[in-house]
This record gives sequence, C-alpha cells and structure tokens, in this order.
Amino acid sequence: MKIEGILGRKLGMTQIFDDEGNRIPVTVLEVGPCAVTQVKNKAKDGYDAVQLGFNPKKLEKCTFPMIGHFLKAGLDTGFYILKEFKVEDPEQFKPGEIISLADLGLSKGVKVDITGISKGRGFTGGIKLWNFQRQPMSHGAKKVHRKKGSSGANTFPGRVIKGKRMPGHYGAESVTVKNLTIVDILPDKNLLLVKGGVPGSVNGYVMVYFK
Amino acid sequence: MMPQVREVEKLYMKTDLPKIAPGDTVKVHYKLKEGEEKERIQVFEGVVIRRRGSGTSATFTVRKVSFGVGVERTFPLHSPRIEKIEIVKRAKVRRARLYYLRERAGKSARLKERFDQKVME
Repeated sequence: MKIEGILGRKLGMTQIFDDEGNRIPVTVLEVGPCAVTQVKNKAKDGYDAVQLGFNPKKLEKCTFPMIGHFLKAGLDTGFYILKEFKVEDPEQFKPGEIISLADLGLSKGVKVDITGISKGRGFTGGIKLWNFQRQPMSHGAKKVHRKKGSSGANTFPGRVIKGKRMPGHYGAESVTVKNLTIVDILPDKNLLLVKGGVPGSVNGYVMVYFK
Repeated sequence: MMPQVREVEKLYMKTDLPKIAPGDTVKVHYKLKEGEEKERIQVFEGVVIRRRGSGTSATFTVRKVSFGVGVERTFPLHSPRIEKIEIVKRAKVRRARLYYLRERAGKSARLKERFDQKVME
C-alpha cells in the first residue's frame, strides 16, 4: 500500500532508553486508524490522491453536506478531520476502507516528516517573534526595555521598508519537522514513537509523511 | 499526561526494582563502557538522599563520602545500565530530601537504622 502519509494525533512526550542505556526524548503519536472517505483519480479530478478521515465523529453532529459525503463512501460514522494524501495507484484504495498503522509497513529507524499546527502565541513582541535584542534595563532607558527599536532611517527613504520585522501574531501556523527517526511502533495500540519534538499541543492533529 | 503515554512508559520500565527510599544505604551496580566492546561493573555504595520524577524519567541520587570528599551521583532509576540495586540497610528519616547530610560529617551524619517488616522482606 503506497500512500504519501497518514493522519494522527500528538499524545505527548516522554523519554525511553535504548539498548545502550542512553536516554532518548520521544514524542508519542496516535497514528490512525484512518478511513478512506474519497478516492481521487487523474481522469476525474486531475490528480491521484485519497482523502483520509481521522478521529470519528457522530453522524448527527456533522453538517448535512458532510453526512452525504460520508454516506457516499459507505461509512456509518463521520470524522473530525479530513486530509488528502497523494497515492501512486488510486485503484488500490476503495472508499470506506480502513488504513491502520500495521498496514503501512513501517520499521524502526525509518525517517518521517511530521506536519502539525504550532501552538498559538497570540500577539507577540519583537523579542520573542524575531529574536530582537532587548534594550538596557537601566542607564537612562525608560519604558523601552522590550520595544523593537528603530524601524528605519529618516527623510530618506521617509517610509518603513516593506518586510520590516514588526511585532505581530505568532504561532498557530503549519510547521513541518523533517527527518524524525521512528524509535518504536506499537501497531496494536496505533502508537508511533518518534525521536524529538513535534509541532503543536497535546491532542493536536499531525500529518505523518513517509519517505 | 495522556494515559497512552503512561502505557508506553510502562513498556520501558523495570518491574523487578527494590523499593528504595531516602535514607536507604544502597549498592548500585552500574555498567561502565571502557573503550570498544569492553564493559565493567562499578559498585557505588552510599545513602539515597533523593528520589525524583515518575515513569521512565525517575531518578535517584546516592551520596557517599570518598577519601573525605562528598560524592553524589544521580542515576536514572530504570536505566538498563544499572545491573542491580542492593539495599544494605534502611534508616528512619523524616524528610524526603536529605540535603542536610551535605553539611554534616562523621558522627552527626549517621542515620537511625530501621528494622521493620518492610526491610525484612
């Protein structure tokens, strides 16, 4: 079964030991089971992909258009999140089919890319957002300790240059971490352990992309 | 913490550990790697002065006085490098963290030994 990736959920971080007794930081992910909600092919849609659903949702909680979409795939449940993944051969997939971690043929030591929505930090100053320096806490500095400083020159050019780094909204955006090593796979519990951190909060959705 | 993460941790935790508590005098048999392919077991004997953390990240600190110098080592409780932990004796202590032993030496650093049922098991 060749598919670009699968949907999952971040459960949190912990540390485990390898054979030599080194401590490894790992993120525990719940990956799948996902249902195929739609198969797209080149002839009809212009590209080959499958749409996967993750985290079941009661049909009565879905909107009417979504209920129609799920029933068309032959499913008796809805999903909280849907995402398309490229496939080489869409013939292999049928709507309503369940894909779980065991079907993917993953092994320990394989590298994956993981995409998630990073934690939202709201409106953030220049120090946290752009790593600006802070200004002196003393030596006459008054009310400017964490301000951004100058935003440009004077009469020439007489304006702030486009792209000037300013305070603003930070986080809650799609972030991909590449080449995370799979440390362990527990197919019966649908759990995947990867080395290192993964963007997003606990319970946040993630996409695991295979190489 | 999510229950699934606790379950994962359980897979990597030791189940045959003795119940060590602050005040216990223990011998920690620790595997050391010396160069390539060479392993040696070192025994570190001293008083447990602290236990911290839970799950796989739990650690404990052992203090001993070696040639007049206080030495403290912190071991990960579930580390595969720990061959075994032997309890030599147990002591009655009234604190969870025995940092006060650092300021003491000789007679005043003694702890009152405990001989209750738990020790005998």
